[in-house]
Amino acid sequence: MENVAFNLIKQAVIYLPEDVKQALQKAYAEETSDAGRTQLKAILDNIGFAEKYQAPICQDTGTIIFYIKAGAKAKDLDKIEAALIKATRRATVEVPIRPNAVNPFTQKNSGDNTGRLIPWINWEIVQGDEIEMTVLPKGGGAENTCVMGMLVPGEGIMGVKKFVVDAVMKAGAKPCPPNILGVGIGGGSDIAMKIAKKALLRPLNLSNPDPEIAKLEKEILEAVNMTGIGPMGLGGKITVLSVNIDYAYRHPASYPVAVAFNCWAARRASARLSADGTVEYLTHTVK
Amino acid sequence: MAVYKFKTTISEEEIRKLRVNDVLYVSGTMFTARDQAHKRALDYFKQGKPLPLSLEGLAVFHCGPIVKKKEDRWTIVAAGPTTSTRMEIFEDEFIKNFKVRVIIGKGGMGKRTTEAMAKYGAVYGAFTGGAAILAAKAIKSVKNVEWLDLGMPEAMWILEVEEFGPLAIAIDSHGNNLFEDVKKKVEENKQKIYQKLGLSP
Repeated sequence: MENVAFNLIKQAVIYLPEDVKQALQKAYAEETSDAGRTQLKAILDNIGFAEKYQAPICQDTGTIIFYIKAGAKAKDLDKIEAALIKATRRATVEVPIRPNAVNPFTQKNSGDNTGRLIPWINWEIVQGDEIEMTVLPKGGGAENTCVMGMLVPGEGIMGVKKFVVDAVMKAGAKPCPPNILGVGIGGGSDIAMKIAKKALLRPLNLSNPDPEIAKLEKEILEAVNMTGIGPMGLGGKITVLSVNIDYAYRHPASYPVAVAFNCWAARRASARLSADGTVEYLTHTVK
Repeated sequence: MAVYKFKTTISEEEIRKLRVNDVLYVSGTMFTARDQAHKRALDYFKQGKPLPLSLEGLAVFHCGPIVKKKEDRWTIVAAGPTTSTRMEIFEDEFIKNFKVRVIIGKGGMGKRTTEAMAKYGAVYGAFTGGAAILAAKAIKSVKNVEWLDLGMPEAMWILEVEEFGPLAIAIDSHGNNLFEDVKKKVEENKQKIYQKLGLSP
């Protein structure tokens, strides 16, 4: 289990998933501003160099966040947490990834990417005896522009549209555009952001299966790409690569909306561990 | 758009030649400084304590690199820029007191920094955010590290670089700020976007 988690961290920080690479190549083909094209060219070159030298794409290898889908009948569920922590420590030294866990009171960096509640683990109990493990190394620049708002229920979807485009305009160059936006609607203040962040895991070539929501994703994507922010905020037409919306039912009095930003280096990796010990990597080919 | 190649130490006269949208490559000595190193350097200055090295004419890189120690030598693994706006509260004093000439980062900086750059002669060079291996390739060696007690990302890494770039000059020493220009355009586009979405302004 520890080895699988280690491999996932390593693959995630070095190799971008195919769908993200394709979206960036498409962006390079479509971008018209010189400044924007220069930035996208540097981004694509950098992705190639990272693969060639097997080094992390970006020096900010993020806060390590795991999503675990644990089959109720899977073995060793009590050992997962310890394995994830050990894998994170090992990755810090062996990949290496940057030590990014700081005590908010003493400002001391733990040096190994672990600390109270970090790495953060999201648990989900599902049917069966398999374990699905996903890592999301979440960069700090894009994290700093994430926003959550309690909107007025009477404004409905119009309020959501305004909230998202305003968030993108306010973020400007800071979250390393072109970005991916996870939008979480409903639930409650914490739930909306959890949904938004989890939506960042959805491959960029997939829309929300609900055609009405897929339409909204497209509409917001077109709108935010009219801002002119462009790659790295130096001006251009490609500011966002994808808008991924998900939702929960809301309280009658509340309309929570959260926008989670991911940078162009949208790293993620998943694997499935079967009861018989076989491991299937879902996003990367592990040699 | 002109392309310039400067070697440290860089003079005020050289810096004044640059205009926004020019492209710059820097060779020589560059050091990293993020929030904590900026804060400590300014605290030292206030207390009259000397810095580990003179920063005059050098390039400062807003970056918290990944660094590996092999035997007794440090090597840079990945070193892209961090968001510069966090340093806005320090940078004008930093430019004024230490006479750094090139500030390298991502995301741009604000009014205070732009004014200090015009007054004392410095520029802001935007390096592609996340392009950590492109940056690492131009870093030839780690000359030294200071203030490692701040942690790997926040320490001051003193680097020997060769043609570090391309740096898009986004703030020049004549009061121009490309990021502010983009911001103005975004503000202009806002009404069009609201209209498209059927929102009232």
